[in-house]
Amino acid sequence: MNAKTPIARFENVGLRYGLGPEVLQDVTFSLKSGSFHFLVGPSGAGKSSLLKLMYLSMRPSRGLVHLFGHDIQTATRDELPALRRSIGVVFQDYRLLDHLSTFDNVALPLRVANVKEQDIKRHVEELLAWVGLKDHMHARPPTLSGGQKQRVSIARAVISRPKLLMADEPTGNVDDHMGFRLMHLFEELNKLGTTVVVATHNEAIVTKLGHPVMRIEGGGLKVIPGTRGKKVLAERALRGKV
Amino acid sequence: MFSRRTDLPLDKDPLSRFLPWLIAFMVYLAALAQSGVIGLDSLAQRWDSGMAAPLTVQIPADLETGTAANARRLQIALNIVSEYPGVLKASVISKDKVLELLSPWLGLVEAADVPLPILIDVETDSSVDFDARVLSQKLARRIPGTQVDDHGVWLARLIEMVRTIEGLAAGVLLFILLSAAGTVIFTTRTGLTVHAEAIEVLHITGAHDRYIAKQFAGRAMSMGLKGGLYGIALAIPTLLVLGHMAGRMEAGLLPDIEMPVLGWASLLCLPLLSAFVSGVTARRTVMRNLRRML
Repeated sequence: MNAKTPIARFENVGLRYGLGPEVLQDVTFSLKSGSFHFLVGPSGAGKSSLLKLMYLSMRPSRGLVHLFGHDIQTATRDELPALRRSIGVVFQDYRLLDHLSTFDNVALPLRVANVKEQDIKRHVEELLAWVGLKDHMHARPPTLSGGQKQRVSIARAVISRPKLLMADEPTGNVDDHMGFRLMHLFEELNKLGTTVVVATHNEAIVTKLGHPVMRIEGGGLKVIPGTRGKKVLAERALRGKV
Repeated sequence: MFSRRTDLPLDKDPLSRFLPWLIAFMVYLAALAQSGVIGLDSLAQRWDSGMAAPLTVQIPADLETGTAANARRLQIALNIVSEYPGVLKASVISKDKVLELLSPWLGLVEAADVPLPILIDVETDSSVDFDARVLSQKLARRIPGTQVDDHGVWLARLIEMVRTIEGLAAGVLLFILLSAAGTVIFTTRTGLTVHAEAIEVLHITGAHDRYIAKQFAGRAMSMGLKGGLYGIALAIPTLLVLGHMAGRMEAGLLPDIEMPVLGWASLLCLPLLSAFVSGVTARRTVMRNLRRML
């Protein structure tokens, strides 16, 4: 994969569950390395399905999906774990493993990649300090607040320095103040070169940050250019008028 | 191949907590079946090789002609038997020994009280195709009423029967092993369903199927070992009690069924075998089931 190869490229992608109707139809877009996109659209429009295709939880029913230059349709099962290690995912419902401590949850991507325990300890402790959870290292997820769980989930997603970071409604369970803090965290990671896609319903965040928007509606997808500093355009993008 | 550290809460599965006890029960049955196979095998081998005389010549006592005539008849019989091709040795069984052999039926009697037949043990050369019927006819012509008992015939039938029982016991052992593997497959599949979400998280974070399978295999192996040890701990006292009871029967008709040292050693290997079978089965089950996912 060279520097100009898109991180993700979708061409005429369709997705259906079983024999049901297509939830995604002819989705075509390309994500440049180091870009930051919001993914917006009404509930049930297919945002989560699109993210599932991007974090390789599903294969498309039709069309082409290229991630890091690899054709996902033809990739073998053994090739997928290496691709997934370049992807970080923050789930709306966190998906933390309740029986593991905060430390072990964050350490998970490093453990599956067979990183040495001493390196894991150093990296995880550093990152937990950065997200303000050093004092909760040994706590289990059920004892953490929503915001803390969200930060653990983010820490787990970024611990292995992914090339592509996806977040599904990361601000859904936190107040606006915490929501903006989390977004700034994603922007920091983006500045370090990580490609970021954030699925959100939070209009205020999309308007204020002004990154390009991928709007999904009726199974189709439109990419709306960034509106940084152009508040009106951003508002129109949210309402699907661009 | 196996891992003790686990990212999945496998020890929390209600079903997998029963697995050691299910395996213990199967190892217990397997130990009984295996000791049956080993005991019967050693019995058949001893019968096969340990029979001192494959033929017995029985000359009925003639009360009317008296002792001298009996001695003459014995001498004639010994001459015929010794000269017969394939006979290595012919020896007369003493009256005391005959009385001892008859004691289970007659009780303690004196030799003078009953007309005892004269018995001759005949050892034959196993490399020669020996025909006992011709010898019997020869003897009967000279000494009417003389019989030749060919132990080889009934011994062969007895050994065949023992071997059949041994085969059945081996079949039972195999069936138990397959049942144990089936139990592990069922428990592992249930575990895969129960932990489907956590497994998806592991996959998304970049875990190979091998990484996940290793955790299931490690857990199944430890439960297989634990169950195997429970099972063998229950089986050994049972076998000792059975051995003690068999010894007390004092039937005299059957030789003692003994368990050789290697037999005990192979029984002690059962927990290791159950651990190995559990681990390998769980690993294969996980690999096969995960392959159906993306």
